[in-house]
Amino acid sequence: MSFEWPWQYSFPPFFTLQPNVDTRQKQLAAWCSLALSYCRHHKLYTLDVMEAQESPVFNNKKIERKLSMEAIQVVFEELRKKGNLDWLDKNKSRCLVMWRRPEEWGKLIHQWVSKIGMVNSVFTLYELSNGDDTEGEEFHGLEDWMLLRSLQALQADGKAEIITMDDGKGVKFF
Amino acid sequence: MDRFSWSNGLLEINETLVIQQRGVRLYDGDDKAKLDVGVALLSTHRLIWRDVKNHECCIAMPLSQILLFEEQAAGIGKSAKIVIHLQATPANKEPGPYQHSKYSFIKLSFKEHGQIEFYRRLTEEMTRKRWENTPASQPIPIGTGSQAGRTRAVGIVGIERKIEEKRKETDKNISEAFEDLSKLMVKAKEMVELSRSIANKIKDKQFGLRSYLLSMGIADPVTRETHGSGTHYHMQLAKQLDDMLQAPLEERGGMMALTEVYCLVNRARGMELLSPEDLVNACKMFESLKLPLRLRVFDSGVMVVQLQSHSEEEMIASALDNVSDKGSLTAEEFAKLLGLSVLLSKERLLLAEKMGHLCRDDSVEGLRFYPNLF
Repeated sequence: MSFEWPWQYSFPPFFTLQPNVDTRQKQLAAWCSLALSYCRHHKLYTLDVMEAQESPVFNNKKIERKLSMEAIQVVFEELRKKGNLDWLDKNKSRCLVMWRRPEEWGKLIHQWVSKIGMVNSVFTLYELSNGDDTEGEEFHGLEDWMLLRSLQALQADGKAEIITMDDGKGVKFF
Repeated sequence: MDRFSWSNGLLEINETLVIQQRGVRLYDGDDKAKLDVGVALLSTHRLIWRDVKNHECCIAMPLSQILLFEEQAAGIGKSAKIVIHLQATPANKEPGPYQHSKYSFIKLSFKEHGQIEFYRRLTEEMTRKRWENTPASQPIPIGTGSQAGRTRAVGIVGIERKIEEKRKETDKNISEAFEDLSKLMVKAKEMVELSRSIANKIKDKQFGLRSYLLSMGIADPVTRETHGSGTHYHMQLAKQLDDMLQAPLEERGGMMALTEVYCLVNRARGMELLSPEDLVNACKMFESLKLPLRLRVFDSGVMVVQLQSHSEEEMIASALDNVSDKGSLTAEEFAKLLGLSVLLSKERLLLAEKMGHLCRDDSVEGLRFYPNLF
């Protein structure tokens, strides 16, 4: 299934950071949503800022417009504020993109566990992300760091407990 | 050049420095003298020349040696000169740079200008022949800085001499100012200060001079009141502008940049032109005089005169229509469409953007405005 671009993507002013404050807010909201849905579609969990500038998300070759580096940073900052992005380094050159927030993942996982009636069982992290049983689930193939954060969110909510075992981590759901 | 003698450059006790000029090259007749460019000094008694780089190299010649002199105008690639024809060498002449010369005239070439004033002073000294009254005696040092010419002052004579120096300095300033336009620029500031201080001194007593100064563009320091109450002159002017601008404003859609107004008004007046300052001050009075015009300043600093009846909302609504019609517009395209100046059309588009009706597309192709679809 190919990615569907939103109407703004073909609107040249979309690629210019708007000086009018109200207009800018709407523009940034649209950018955040586009960036996240693109990452979700392509299952991208990390972004390199330099590469991003050339990626089709921020660079529409058809209308010959691309977002300036300054504007990209503004969009990323907006994502960070909303909890969808985390910088991996101080220089802000690489980031983790959480097109689904940890809390949301946690809920999905817990729902699946409840559905198959395995509450109170212990799962290894590997089982959850790469097990045969989870194939077809959205969280299948979730990267470790993301999985861990999601389980931590559940833990904070009292719905799970992360256990450290000999050969890795496991989790028990309540 | 064989009339010159080596000198230590020190002035004698009754000798006064009249004028000095840098950038002077000496010519032995028509040939360049074997000396570099230096400073020429004219005193009441002598013509002195000193090398700029090597201060030891200093020569002098009594003014009595001068037979006659004339100016030689500058040419292409040639500086202006003063040609000085000389009397025969006296027997008791001290040695100088030249033992013998086939010429009996020299030239002073003014590479950094200053020849007009030098010539004038030389003429004065040659007429007054002050060296005949005051015999030479013990020398006293001249400073080599810009303050050279200050003689040591003793008693009342000294004070008088100082005042005389000051007057000559001012005199010199005034003539130098008119000689060269670039020098005028520098001197203009001093001139303005001078006239200001004069204006202050005479105040209300002599209306004639004060109005003359005013017309030269120098603000009257005594009664200047800025916008607010304004002066009678500005009030009259404001009324006149109202009459004059009604028709042009209608033609241009109710708005004109202040620069356009300035051109229009001064072209119409022909004589007695307005200064920009007066125009602005008059425009500032529109509101208080209840005239149907307004002076308006945009965020960018652009000033316009507009009809009071001019409705900004209408303008913006129509701008939005125009842009929507064409999909997008640049300031230039919009200007062409409406017959407005590019400056004003850009202001209007920016205002529409500020109101949220338009958004911008800034790329290498330029700045375009689109309807705000966000």
